[in-house]
Amino acid sequence: MTALLETIGLQKSFGAVVAANDISVVVQSGQKLGLIGNNGAGKTTFVNIVTGHLKPDAGRVMLDGENITGLPPRQVRRNGVSRSFQIPQLFISMTLEQNLLMALAILREEGLSSWRPARSDARMAELDDLLGRFRLRQYRGQTIAVLPGGVRKLVDIAMAVTHQPKLLLLDEPTSGVAVEEKFPLMDVIMQAIEGSGATVLFVEHDMDIVGRYADRVLAFYAGRIIADGEPAAVLSNEEVQRYVTGGAA
Amino acid sequence: MAAVVGTFATALIAFVVLALAGFAAPNWLVLVATLAFSKGLVALGIVALMRGGLISFGQGTFYCAGAYAAGLAMRSLGIGDAAMLVVLGAIAGLILGVIIAPLLAGYRGIFFATLTLALSMIVYGILNKTYSLGGSDGLNLHAPGFFGYRPARSQDASYALFLFTSFVTVAAAALCRIHFDSVRGLLPLAARDNEIRLEYLGASVRWVNGINFVIAAVLAGIGGALSALSLGHIDPDFAFWTTSGEFVFLAILSGYVSVTAVFVAAILLELVRSFSSQYFPNTWQGALGVFLLLIILFLPGGLGSLALRLRPSGAKSAPVPAEKRE
Repeated sequence: MTALLETIGLQKSFGAVVAANDISVVVQSGQKLGLIGNNGAGKTTFVNIVTGHLKPDAGRVMLDGENITGLPPRQVRRNGVSRSFQIPQLFISMTLEQNLLMALAILREEGLSSWRPARSDARMAELDDLLGRFRLRQYRGQTIAVLPGGVRKLVDIAMAVTHQPKLLLLDEPTSGVAVEEKFPLMDVIMQAIEGSGATVLFVEHDMDIVGRYADRVLAFYAGRIIADGEPAAVLSNEEVQRYVTGGAA
Repeated sequence: MAAVVGTFATALIAFVVLALAGFAAPNWLVLVATLAFSKGLVALGIVALMRGGLISFGQGTFYCAGAYAAGLAMRSLGIGDAAMLVVLGAIAGLILGVIIAPLLAGYRGIFFATLTLALSMIVYGILNKTYSLGGSDGLNLHAPGFFGYRPARSQDASYALFLFTSFVTVAAAALCRIHFDSVRGLLPLAARDNEIRLEYLGASVRWVNGINFVIAAVLAGIGGALSALSLGHIDPDFAFWTTSGEFVFLAILSGYVSVTAVFVAAILLELVRSFSSQYFPNTWQGALGVFLLLIILFLPGGLGSLALRLRPSGAKSAPVPAEKRE
């Protein structure tokens, strides 16, 4: 495996609050990383820095050996980094189909070709495939505003996986989803992503989800990484149990 | 591709129907419709901006630029062909739009609206004091020719201008429909809903709004040139804020769902204005106000939303107006 993402000495403060304190991580291509930590530990700050939403005060973000530090989100996306959000960020007055069409079309149609009709046969076939992978066909004509939270999560993630990103960051994919629906939701997501070759980083509070779907875990506390390794090892780490899981391994 | 061909076929049919209707209609109605279509083009540009969640209270700037470009070309360069003059009007709108768009593309809401309004009032002030351009009196224009044809009778001239305006209108409407249904045309709807997501999908919201602004400016330039030819006179009032307000009024009346609705609304508004100014000369603005209030109360999505309401419930896939959102 080769290093896809490398962060070197990332620092970020919001006033007196240190949200990222010397974060250095190397992520190999094809890994599935779980990011754990209490609220305010720095997980989302890390995701926001990597995806260009925040500029670090110091440090670098390297993707495939290229420095992407401080690039705006659209440039980071063009470099192959995509993300979903804790609160799904969707086009709420548009239908589910229109949301996915936008995601499928934007990077492909540029310059004069962006004036082509949004609904071409090829794109509709691609859309149908995406709907099938995320089990969203039954909702395709519905406006986002009327869809339940779990479905919105899936749409948010489906939009993020278009154009085969190299690196996919999922910010709390199961938050706001009923307990009994968390595993089925993660199953759908992981199956849909499988085969895309994407490296996945997901922020998660549910340790059962982390234990089942991650092959490596980063534990954050007060803007630092306090543990990094295989799930079983990290979840049984004394510091992690004290500051993150509260003893629940 | 079939959708594009279908749109142009519909436009062609619409042009033939308009040509026949104009031939049968009384001259006053032909004049009203010509002016209504010219103003409708400007409102169509505002509709394009509204799709991105922006309202311009300064489209008078580009409307005025188009009108003065056509007027000056006619008076100073001796260009008398309507097509050439409209092209010059469009170019004037384009140049101004390209200059101003980068300055405004980062603004939203009331800031965007106010800045556009301020720009139009600067243009108004300058024109009022520029005596070489006629100052506050403006300039008079003679009737244009049409590809070498110069109508001798005034009725023929009115009909010829109506035909020409109708042609430009249906062509612009068809192009706008194609634009609205394209990837580029859907981007403003997405930006209106969620700029963050759009940026994370790889699109630049500044570019989306900037291109929309330039499109609106070109449409306003064309509308200004056609209005100048229709009225035979141009003056700084083309850039005055009430003129821009009228275009906003039209855009709200039509809504942003249907292109056709913009021109239906334009004719309706011109008729309401004509009749109310004739029968209630001192209170006709009040009648217009009541008209707008009724539209906002009962058709918040504008006249175009009527078509959506009349469709079967399962077919309502177009975006809902902001007022109706969750």
